[in-house]
Amino acid sequence: MAGLCELLPGFLCKFPAFSDASIRGARKVIDDGFKSLVRSYVNIIDAMVQPLQWFLNYLERLFVSSPWPIILIAMLAIVYFGSRNIKITVGTALSMFAIGLLGLWNDTMVTLAMVTVCTLIAVIVGIPIGILMARSDRVQSFVNPVLDVMQTMPSFVYLIPVVMIFGIGKVPGLIAVVIYAVPPMIRLTNLGIRLVDKEVLEAADAFGSSGWQKLRNVQMPLALPTIMAGINQTIMMSLAMVVVASMVGVGGLGKNVLQAINNQFFTVGFLNGFALVAIAIIFDRTSQAYGKRLQKHSEVIHG
Amino acid sequence: MVSHAIEVRNLYKIFGPRGGDYVDAVKNGLGKAELNQKYGHVLGLRDINISMPAGGIMVVMGLSGSGKSTLIRHINRLIDPTAGEVLYDGVDVCKMSENDLREFRRHKTAMVFQKFALLPHRTVLENTVYGLEIQGVAQAEREKRARQWIARVGLAGFENHYPNQLSGGMQQRVGLARALTNDADILLMDEAYSALDPLIRVDMQTVLLDLQKELKKTVVFITHDLDEALRLGDKIAILRDGMVVQQGTGQEIVLNPADEYITAFVKEVNRGRVVNVETIMAPLSGNPEGMPIAKGTVLEMAARAMTAANQTLAHVVDEAGRPIGALSLSAIISSMVTPTSHEAQAA
Repeated sequence: MAGLCELLPGFLCKFPAFSDASIRGARKVIDDGFKSLVRSYVNIIDAMVQPLQWFLNYLERLFVSSPWPIILIAMLAIVYFGSRNIKITVGTALSMFAIGLLGLWNDTMVTLAMVTVCTLIAVIVGIPIGILMARSDRVQSFVNPVLDVMQTMPSFVYLIPVVMIFGIGKVPGLIAVVIYAVPPMIRLTNLGIRLVDKEVLEAADAFGSSGWQKLRNVQMPLALPTIMAGINQTIMMSLAMVVVASMVGVGGLGKNVLQAINNQFFTVGFLNGFALVAIAIIFDRTSQAYGKRLQKHSEVIHG
Repeated sequence: MVSHAIEVRNLYKIFGPRGGDYVDAVKNGLGKAELNQKYGHVLGLRDINISMPAGGIMVVMGLSGSGKSTLIRHINRLIDPTAGEVLYDGVDVCKMSENDLREFRRHKTAMVFQKFALLPHRTVLENTVYGLEIQGVAQAEREKRARQWIARVGLAGFENHYPNQLSGGMQQRVGLARALTNDADILLMDEAYSALDPLIRVDMQTVLLDLQKELKKTVVFITHDLDEALRLGDKIAILRDGMVVQQGTGQEIVLNPADEYITAFVKEVNRGRVVNVETIMAPLSGNPEGMPIAKGTVLEMAARAMTAANQTLAHVVDEAGRPIGALSLSAIISSMVTPTSHEAQAA
């Protein structure tokens, strides 16, 4: 087949690309434009993200500087009252002790603060968008492709504009994590509301519910199991992303992993990795058990 | 509270994106099959004219696909009509603004659904207060009223159970309590008892009849079961392919079926429980003989009374006790066992 090219005109053999010069020119225009845009709005952008910075710093300081027994007790209490499961609680205690003994307590606290803030923001942003999507097919057909891009675009790629806009630090890391972690929240809120039984909705209509009453009394409560699954996914994805976000200056376990990669510290890498796994499992089991407990009313089925 | 009659006038419903365009064609005789094949639209209802009696039970009967559930949803406008009007107390429900419609649904109508449509995450009590809750009635007041109705439908003690913990019959009692707590003039029951076992169904029919004796609401009851229709209905309309084939009292329908379709329907009916004595009585000739039987008694009851009294002759008396006709046991029995057919009527 290679010989075929000699017989054919050139543009059928080598894909006719734009000339290097024109691509370079276009690239330069876009990059420079974006840079100058960012430069002219830098103050506004900083002011806008300042509250995030404060909140994140506050939580991080709270987690790191509180005496460890208080944090541990608070954590165990949340896990126990969330899951009402003694196994999960004991497992949490054991893994947190292991983390502490290996000297990873502070780094874990930093990561924990980060994941908490990211999850909160993802939930606050995701649920309203999910609701809007469920209410309108037009919004859904617009948001869905955006979510597809957010989920398939390699996370390293969108770190570039995030860093260009916000610089290096915790906040850009936070934004990158939220972008990565929010799609399941939006999708599952949308799905949960759309799956609500049509008959029950009709009944709510027949009794004269307003749109808000329907949302609050019927759609949200019935969509809750699916929404809880979304929150669970969001937490897992935030945990995965904090490692990547360490490349733009987020501290904690992710930073240790990054250093271990750069220096081929096999043991350090795995210890930090396992600490992340431990936190992930704690979050996952607790939030799932909590979600299941919310659905208690549907468990007993009359024969 | 005085319930008003509901007037359904020239109601058409054509399902599909451009239903309105075909109303005139349907009025001029375009059939259901043709509309579906040629234009891809489904004829739901065609020229429905029913006046539903105030304070009475109107039964709309038909097999699946006859449009009966579509029709009941026009009364509280869960479905918008393509053409026509639904009048309640002089107001056309189909022309109400969104706000008026919401107020109408909140205060004038309550609905019971075939599949119960209870909120699974709420207890019996929380489900029952739903109508009052969205009206903004204070919690103490709405719970007081709800408890009263829960007791009336026989669910006292189950207030804190979840729907999933109850049997189908009990769930539908919750549905009924929820509708009654709303204290609305119109009670819409969409195949409310179709999902229940036969015994429980009869039981629930009795509950409804007992309640109706004192409440006197305007009830619209949808069913595919003729026995249920005859037992409950002050007036019955039979729907087929989105059209009213016949409407009238149960007795009128059983005795004068309008066509073959209804004849087939009423063939299996126990006529002794539907037909009244005055329908078959002979004119009085001379003095009234035998025992007196009140006007409005059904044949079965009359036969039972006469057999118990060991009499073969009786006479029918009106409300004032005046004799108005003569009756014999053999005439009663022959009316009970003779099926009426459409042809026999025509002949």
